Amino acid sequence: MKDNAIEVADLSKRFGEVVAVDGVSFTVPKGSITALLGGNGAGKTTTIGMLLGLILPSTGTIRLLGQDMLHHRHQVLQQINFSSPYVDLPHRLTVAENLRVYALLYGVRQVSGRIQRLARDLDIAEFLDRPTGKLSAGQRTRVALAKALINEPEALLLDEPTASLDPDTADWVRGYLRDYQRQAGATILLASHNMGEVERLCGEVIMLKRGRAVDTGAPAELIQRYGRKNLEEVFLDIARGRGRAEAAA
Amino acid sequence: MSWAAIGGVPRASLVRVGAMSLRHLYLLRGSWTRLAELAYWPTVQMVLWGFITQFLATQSSYIANAFGVLLSGVLLWDILFRGQLGVCIPFLEEMWSRNLGHMFVSPIRPWEMIVGFLAVSLARTVLGVVPATLLAIVFYGFSVYSLGLPLIAFFFNLIVFGWAIGLALNGLVLRFGLGAETLAWVVIMAVAPISGVYYPVASLPSWLQLVSWCLPSAYVFEGMRAVLIDGWVRLDVMLWAGLLNLGYLAAGAGIFLYCLRAARDRGLILQIGE
Repeated sequence: MKDNAIEVADLSKRFGEVVAVDGVSFTVPKGSITALLGGNGAGKTTTIGMLLGLILPSTGTIRLLGQDMLHHRHQVLQQINFSSPYVDLPHRLTVAENLRVYALLYGVRQVSGRIQRLARDLDIAEFLDRPTGKLSAGQRTRVALAKALINEPEALLLDEPTASLDPDTADWVRGYLRDYQRQAGATILLASHNMGEVERLCGEVIMLKRGRAVDTGAPAELIQRYGRKNLEEVFLDIARGRGRAEAAA
Repeated sequence: MSWAAIGGVPRASLVRVGAMSLRHLYLLRGSWTRLAELAYWPTVQMVLWGFITQFLATQSSYIANAFGVLLSGVLLWDILFRGQLGVCIPFLEEMWSRNLGHMFVSPIRPWEMIVGFLAVSLARTVLGVVPATLLAIVFYGFSVYSLGLPLIAFFFNLIVFGWAIGLALNGLVLRFGLGAETLAWVVIMAVAPISGVYYPVASLPSWLQLVSWCLPSAYVFEGMRAVLIDGWVRLDVMLWAGLLNLGYLAAGAGIFLYCLRAARDRGLILQIGE
């Protein structure tokens, strides 16, 4: 479908005997913020890795911005970007050097102007010339976000974007992501197990458990469907194996 | 020349290769220890073998007749060694800094990444070996540049062989993780004894000579001795070295790409780091 930024069908990944992702299918509409929600080992990072082409699926198809990611991955990489706590930027390079390298890799024109604009927007101008490794966790997260936005991506894939951040910085990051999505009309898919974050940011949630997509819907829909007060209680119902009817009863 | 393509290569590819090289030049520029280390070992080797040569020149007619044969061997060997390390170290830097995930998600193609590593290796090798060659002139009055034009052929044959080994090792480190990083330093050492760096291949046991003649480096060092001892340029050995190198470079790149695919299949790229 043309209105979907991401289309995933029957996606599976086996690592030997371990089934990390098991026949997952979902779509993410263009211009939406969608969450992959699940506990540890639910398959969130593996799914994001497969969407980006960092992990080869065992079965299934992935279309990102209309392109088949298994066969035409490089045609779409310029229009997407990602951030994850599992990867980092070179610590010894300054923030400006890191951003310049990635701007060139993504074919950004007017590199200096783009870096200056991001520095202003993300409030990182004062440490552009500092080695990335010497920044605090919060500062580093903002730099990682600057790298993820360096090419003004149409689709942004974020793995636990506020993991290990203090509440103030995490709140700031969420606000910034929402603003970027609105201004750029971008699609954001984020993997998280932070229920508050997902409730505040996301229009749609895909619940994963043991590699399977067990439910989907808007946060309010899911809360109503399970007869719960918030998404955290829905999450616990799903994690503990209670079905919708049982939970509602 | 069009904006979109330069010499048939898309401009975007050249920019990405340049970005890859820039990342490692920034690293060198910001770390004088890394820069000093590049020239340190070639210089120490040159000084050590320079004294050995001076001593042996009074004891051996072979050395006395061709004073530079050992020093040239040392300096040319370092081209191979530094060429290989020049491909491996930048790749390991990416792994140590957990940057590979970002790299592989960027639009850079694997072949562009390979070309980027080779460009960085060329810069690192020149920065490492040239100071040692200049100091050899100052300390011992010996210039490796007296080899003349064949030196260019020797240089490229050795560095390309180093690149081939380096690419294959990068693939293995990617596949087996940082626990295998020692390979980057030790594998090349097994090549030295059978390359005839300091002695003719003919002095090896006959079965080992067969192995030796499968290595481009053996032809280069035979060619070097022909120039220094006999005063003639052996085009045949250069041709063999060049042909073998084509095969080795293709094999090295193939192993890297195969291991990259295996790493993607096993989900290793997101798990890599110190």
